Amino acid sequence: MRTIILLLLTSGILAVSCEKILPALPADEDVLDGPVEGLTAEQQRRFLDGDIAFANEFSPQTGLGPIFVNTSCISCHAGDGKGHPFTTLTRYGQADSTGNTYLLAGGPQLQHRAIPGHSPELLPAGAPFSKFLPPANTGLGFLAALTDAQLLANADPNDANGDGISGVPNYINPPGFFVPQSFHQSLNGRYIGRFGRKAGAIDLLQQTVGAYKQDIGVTSEFDPNDPINYAVSSQPLDNIPDPEVSTADVRNVVFYLRTLKAPVQRNTSDADVAEGKQLFVNIGCAKCHIPEWTTPASDIAALGNKTFYPYTDLLLHDMGPGLDDGYTEGKALSSEWRTTPLWGLGLSKNSQGGEYFLMHDGRAKTIREAILLHGGEGQGSRDQFNGMSETEKLKLEKFLESL
Amino acid sequence: MCLKKIVSCAAVLFTLTDISAQKDSSIFRRESPDTVFMNKDAVYNRPFIRAGKMPLAIGGYVEANTIYSATDGVSEGFSFQMRRFTLFCSSTITKKIKFLSELEFEDGTKEINLEFAALDVEFHPLLNFRGGVIMNPIGAFNQNHDGPRWDFVDRPLSATTIIPSTWSNPGFGFHGRYYGGAWTFAYEAYLTNGFDESIIENTEGRTWLPATKVNRERFEENHSGKPLLTGKMAVRQRKVGELGLSYMGGVYNRRMEDGLMIDSTDRRVDIFAADMNLNLWKGANLLAEGTFAMIDVPAGYSSQFGKKQYGFFADITQRIMQKPVLGWEKATLLAACRLEYVDYNLGTFTETGGNIGDEIWAVTPSLAFRPAGQTVLRMNYKYASARDLLGNPPAKTGTILFGIASYF
Ligand code: HEC
Ligand code: HEC
Repeated sequence: MRTIILLLLTSGILAVSCEKILPALPADEDVLDGPVEGLTAEQQRRFLDGDIAFANEFSPQTGLGPIFVNTSCISCHAGDGKGHPFTTLTRYGQADSTGNTYLLAGGPQLQHRAIPGHSPELLPAGAPFSKFLPPANTGLGFLAALTDAQLLANADPNDANGDGISGVPNYINPPGFFVPQSFHQSLNGRYIGRFGRKAGAIDLLQQTVGAYKQDIGVTSEFDPNDPINYAVSSQPLDNIPDPEVSTADVRNVVFYLRTLKAPVQRNTSDADVAEGKQLFVNIGCAKCHIPEWTTPASDIAALGNKTFYPYTDLLLHDMGPGLDDGYTEGKALSSEWRTTPLWGLGLSKNSQGGEYFLMHDGRAKTIREAILLHGGEGQGSRDQFNGMSETEKLKLEKFLESL
Repeated sequence: MCLKKIVSCAAVLFTLTDISAQKDSSIFRRESPDTVFMNKDAVYNRPFIRAGKMPLAIGGYVEANTIYSATDGVSEGFSFQMRRFTLFCSSTITKKIKFLSELEFEDGTKEINLEFAALDVEFHPLLNFRGGVIMNPIGAFNQNHDGPRWDFVDRPLSATTIIPSTWSNPGFGFHGRYYGGAWTFAYEAYLTNGFDESIIENTEGRTWLPATKVNRERFEENHSGKPLLTGKMAVRQRKVGELGLSYMGGVYNRRMEDGLMIDSTDRRVDIFAADMNLNLWKGANLLAEGTFAMIDVPAGYSSQFGKKQYGFFADITQRIMQKPVLGWEKATLLAACRLEYVDYNLGTFTETGGNIGDEIWAVTPSLAFRPAGQTVLRMNYKYASARDLLGNPPAKTGTILFGIASYF
């Protein structure tokens, strides 16, 4: 009898304490992934479908390669956060705005891995190149919803206001499948790029199609050709029928990217954080890392007329010779980089294996190092940063970590 | 064809037992397992039912459970699972020739596996020939995997995801044993069909030996064309327990097809395992198995695919009570705890020199009630912490399992 009671008792305790002993949901502000607030059930389902496609691991049987950089979107964008040197990719073949001269030699991206039975690509000797560490994917729907006019309002190509900062948009030749939205403006057939380190992608569809092909070696209806290792043959060599990813999956992934929530700032009530933010504005960081934006109306209600805080202007800035790798995309100079959104900065480590890898190639191991690497148009605010007291610097860093 | 026969013969006997067993139980003899056996004998060491003088005996086991789990606060809710239903059919053809088969239905009928179907011909206790579909003797769990034997609902991670239990293949080989007082020594060595490229070409995005199990062709054709060697040595001391060392290795890729060389090198899988089953103090037992696997991954492939994998599990079981309860003469209550670890990718990143993650820690306390030796009700709580490849903060999963398993 005692046994029975003991058994029933333990089962009872276990059942009741279910909720308690199971690992709890981390606070919303502590994670980058998850949908924006206010999606309908139908939209949440689509988000989930996109999430599943984003996490799908490709194998050689399902279209991976034959040459590739990694096996899934999530393998480079863990937890929708920033990447790691292991997931960093190499772009090559373009030194100036005249275009990529290595397109028939394997450019613009190096696929340095290959499925069994194939050889990986090698970087052609002498080709200009740069390494790109995966940026975070959070809040992209808000950035995608802004109008070109909003972006252009901050452009100052000739530095008319004389502040030493001259943000410019990158103008990109659209791919054949690009469908302009009402808010896109064209200039000689080119459109403003917003995504990627050099703002090389106009919209999230272009970014996604490019990622499937260049990063995973997966063909889609939009780009039905596998990447080619020209050292072996100028034909794509792969046995899997194309397209290797369905149009539904591509569109669901785009929907997923659009509806990923914006990172939530932490420790907002901390006085140091508030002072840090003021210093950030005072020394000119906010001229490029523009804190606040508001979206116009959107087809996804949850994204329309929303104020959000990405800390970017989505424009290109000449960051000086230190950050000039000699490689570029679109109309950008090789020294020009798109202002990295700073939201989610403090959570970067959680997807980078516990360490910071900042700037386009992850060369900065701390936030301070990242600031000290700012040259060119960023030189002015870097110098002002250097002129601050250590306590002020710590406050500024505390603010950046709260993002 | 053979499969069908086994099923139908089992089914016939099954119905026979069902109708008449209760009326005249003397026709049927329940053969209880030996009390002293080595891990290697696990296949024969099961309860069987034999009808009269028929040379055929049948048995089986069933395993079902409930599961509720949550990973970082997100749960898929509550489910019932019918994990396994297994039928054994054994026959003593002559005194020294035996046949045994094991047919398993997993998750309802989602998977049907012929896990074992082999003939044993004894020339000498030290020399028995075994041929057919055999369970490769790597580690202890693979051959000794029957649900009712374990006080945990889940199978151990290292024994199912590094050693892909239940891992069985067609093959031939020898086994034998030698008794010397309190000591017993046993060996097994077989050549079987083996792995294929799916171990590194799969949708897990990691080196994943169980991926090979999907390939049913392996019962007909050995993918690499080169046999997989599995060997095990074990020693048992009556009081202390048993210790086993085993190895399994072979080529997994196919180099030649249609007379053409389609791959330039042989790529191997080599797995080493050590297992022990020790009597600790009164009513307490330690069962542990460690596994180390080495896999040749092509140089240009991603280091996301581990070249080395390592894992272990250690189960400590303590009998808390054994006495008649509610008419069960030898009801037993046990408390147990399993500690387990797997690292699917041992090594460091060339890019940073940092450790490659892809590892899981888990601890599972269990309370098991055995109304009789062949039946177990078990309540488990499993807490697992899984790190991704880059070693980011782990995903934590809590799982509550309640299950029943019984031989019949
Ligand atoms: C090999 C690693 C890798 C894989 C795999 C990968 N990405 Fe990326 N992702 C990157 C890098 C590096 C960048 C920056 C690219 C650039 O600057 O042009 C990037 C940029 C992006 C961006 C733009 C982010 C921004 O802030 O501008 C999006 C969106 C994106 N990836 C989505 C995806 C999707 C969807 C997939 C799967 C189809 C995917 N990525 C697969 C590495 C990867
Ligand atoms: C002239 C425009 C500009 C100014 C002013 C500027 N930044 Fe930046 N910032 C950039 C650009 C462009 C990058 C990306 C550079 C790269 O990827 O190599 C960047 C990158 C960063 C990063 C790294 C982000 C990451 O995730 O890798 C941090 C941190 C940062 N800035 C902080 C600051 C702070 C603090 C200030 C003020 C002291 C500041 N920035 C001023 C343009 C600017």
